[in-house]
Amino acid sequence: MKSPLPADGEKIGHFVSAAPFDPLSIETLNTEQKDYYLASQKRLMWWKFKLHKVAVGCAIFLGIMYVSVLFSEFLAPYNLNNRHIRHIYQPPQSVHLFHEGEFIGPFVYDTTYGLDMETLKREYPEDRSHIYKLKFFCEGDSYQFWGLFEANRHLFCVDKPGTVFLLGTDRLGRDMLSRIIYGTRISLTIGLIGVAISFVLGLVIGGLAGYYGGWVDLVVQRIIEVLQSIPSIPLWLAIAAIIPVNWSPVLVYFAISIVLALLDWTGLARAVRSKLLSLREEDYVLAAELQGASPQRIIGRHLIPGFMSHLIASATLTIPNMILGETALSFLGLGLRPPVTSWGVLLNEAQNINVVVIYPWLIIPVIPVVLVILAFNFMGDGLRDAADPYS
Amino acid sequence: MFRYVLFRLATAVPTLILISMLIFTIIELPPGNYFETYLAEQEALGETVDPAKIEFMKETYGFDKPVVERYFDWVVGMLHGDFGYSFEYELPVTEVIGSRVYLTMLVSFVTIVFTWLVAFPIGVYSATHKYSWGDYGLTFVGLLGLATPNFLLALILMYLANRWFGISIGHLMDQQYLGEPMSWDKFVSILQHLIIPVIVIGTAGTAAMIRRLRANLLDELQKQYVITARAKGVPPFRALVKYPLRMSLNFFIADIGSILPSVISGAEVVAIVLSLETTGPLLIRALKSQDMYLAGSFLMILAVLTVIGVLISDIALTLLDPRIRLSGGRTR
Repeated sequence: MKSPLPADGEKIGHFVSAAPFDPLSIETLNTEQKDYYLASQKRLMWWKFKLHKVAVGCAIFLGIMYVSVLFSEFLAPYNLNNRHIRHIYQPPQSVHLFHEGEFIGPFVYDTTYGLDMETLKREYPEDRSHIYKLKFFCEGDSYQFWGLFEANRHLFCVDKPGTVFLLGTDRLGRDMLSRIIYGTRISLTIGLIGVAISFVLGLVIGGLAGYYGGWVDLVVQRIIEVLQSIPSIPLWLAIAAIIPVNWSPVLVYFAISIVLALLDWTGLARAVRSKLLSLREEDYVLAAELQGASPQRIIGRHLIPGFMSHLIASATLTIPNMILGETALSFLGLGLRPPVTSWGVLLNEAQNINVVVIYPWLIIPVIPVVLVILAFNFMGDGLRDAADPYS
Repeated sequence: MFRYVLFRLATAVPTLILISMLIFTIIELPPGNYFETYLAEQEALGETVDPAKIEFMKETYGFDKPVVERYFDWVVGMLHGDFGYSFEYELPVTEVIGSRVYLTMLVSFVTIVFTWLVAFPIGVYSATHKYSWGDYGLTFVGLLGLATPNFLLALILMYLANRWFGISIGHLMDQQYLGEPMSWDKFVSILQHLIIPVIVIGTAGTAAMIRRLRANLLDELQKQYVITARAKGVPPFRALVKYPLRMSLNFFIADIGSILPSVISGAEVVAIVLSLETTGPLLIRALKSQDMYLAGSFLMILAVLTVIGVLISDIALTLLDPRIRLSGGRTR
């Protein structure tokens, strides 16, 4: 048997291929894989988020809601405080398509006002002799659009003296649908402002605790523990009770969002702190340190981008808490006050069960609250999953 | 073990001190005090108030003293069981609150038991029947429960109960038992009225717990030892109950700490909607009228209850989990 080794003293056979070296000759990447490996963090998140169909649907829904906030005046058939004295506590009017078997298109019947002398309840039976066709992009109540120019176009309305109250009217004869549309503006934005404040608070306080450690960390940990161990709604109520009654609505609005943020930053601060503590030990941080990067640069350039997507995802999940908090406070009469109109303020009218039983349409603002909160939860879940692109 | 319990007790003290400072600051912050509000109100009604009486009250309750001194008076008083004086009811706070605190405790306790009883089987079912129709359905119902704020749920339930059964479901007992000493009939009446509030308050906590139990149990079921046990022929039920379920039990106890504050704050709001005879409606009245001792002592009692609840859950956890018992470390 011939030994693979050459005999003593002879040269060892040697071969070098002249062909150019291709490191991927065995395992070639197709374009799809190449894209995947070269994609940025944001694109990876987007791809992963797209797979979560429910979350995408919710994101679109929320997007529409937030865009509608810009056009509340146009979308609402009536103005926020426009009173219809002949239509107090009118139940929702239904939209019909056929009149006596004949197709007319969407229209509402006229209503007449009557008082049930036995129960003293206001009644609004339909008067089938008059029909009012729904008109689109028609002229109605005039309003200041964005405070810039006068306008009077509405998405839909009917000719006067007809009325269209799709969700009924309240105790002053104001259209509920319009009020809910206007309320969206306040309810949705207060959550965003609150989250922005609590985001900054959480980032700064958690960052300090995580970076400095030691007694700063200890104090921050204690404070977080204290804030988390007090039942939040009673505390919110107590802080909201401080807000002076004579403040202007705008001031109250900002004060409430600060109150909400003051108790909400603890979760974010904890997340920032623990992430900082663990990421500080990573090799790339050591490498940056060895190259002489300042702590400021390490935190801002290397550490925070590493978990920013996570933070944004978890911040999304706290927006519904804020919206709920505002609704609860206003519902109990310690949050926003009329003339500011949010969903919570609208629900304040439905606080009394007797009112709700007689005029059930007053609890309709519950529906947008639940829908928006569900949507935020689903979207937040999707974002959180997507923030971990390699898992 | 003993050392750990001592350690936990010792850490609860600074927490309580910080809480008391925070609460005192909050009730001190509003400009003016109860007397000014009261005077203004009476004047608006066209009535006169004897200034001597106001002066006497102010002196008795130390409104002329510096803030720090009043804080210490308040804390020392609470340690002696004296929670101050409610100006609005003109009664000591203990008498105003009295039985209401017990009712709040009762509602919270029953709610937590309800949460466990419901969340446990559903969570186990969802985890063992992952991605089945049952799992999806229960997850969706859970999310809905999580998203509906409990006071709105209370409103909706009240409306439906009134609509379908023609009954009103407010209050915590039949009105004839109000203010009566505890008796069997009263107890039964309270139990009947408890059902709705407990469901309303417990829904969100239950939903959250189901989600966490499902996730935990799923993690646990994928671990090597479960696969080994199954491979060696341990029947599925036993392979589920013997170890993975025990592991998730730990977390059940540990979770009280996080759901108790939300249960108590939920109980407050729902109490206002359902007009339960617990602390909720009183608290909000006290806050609105700046009846500061009443409001402050209230908040303090709620916070103490929460801290004690968390303490008990931590200690129970050490009994259950040898890892904590032996290392003497902290759980969270």
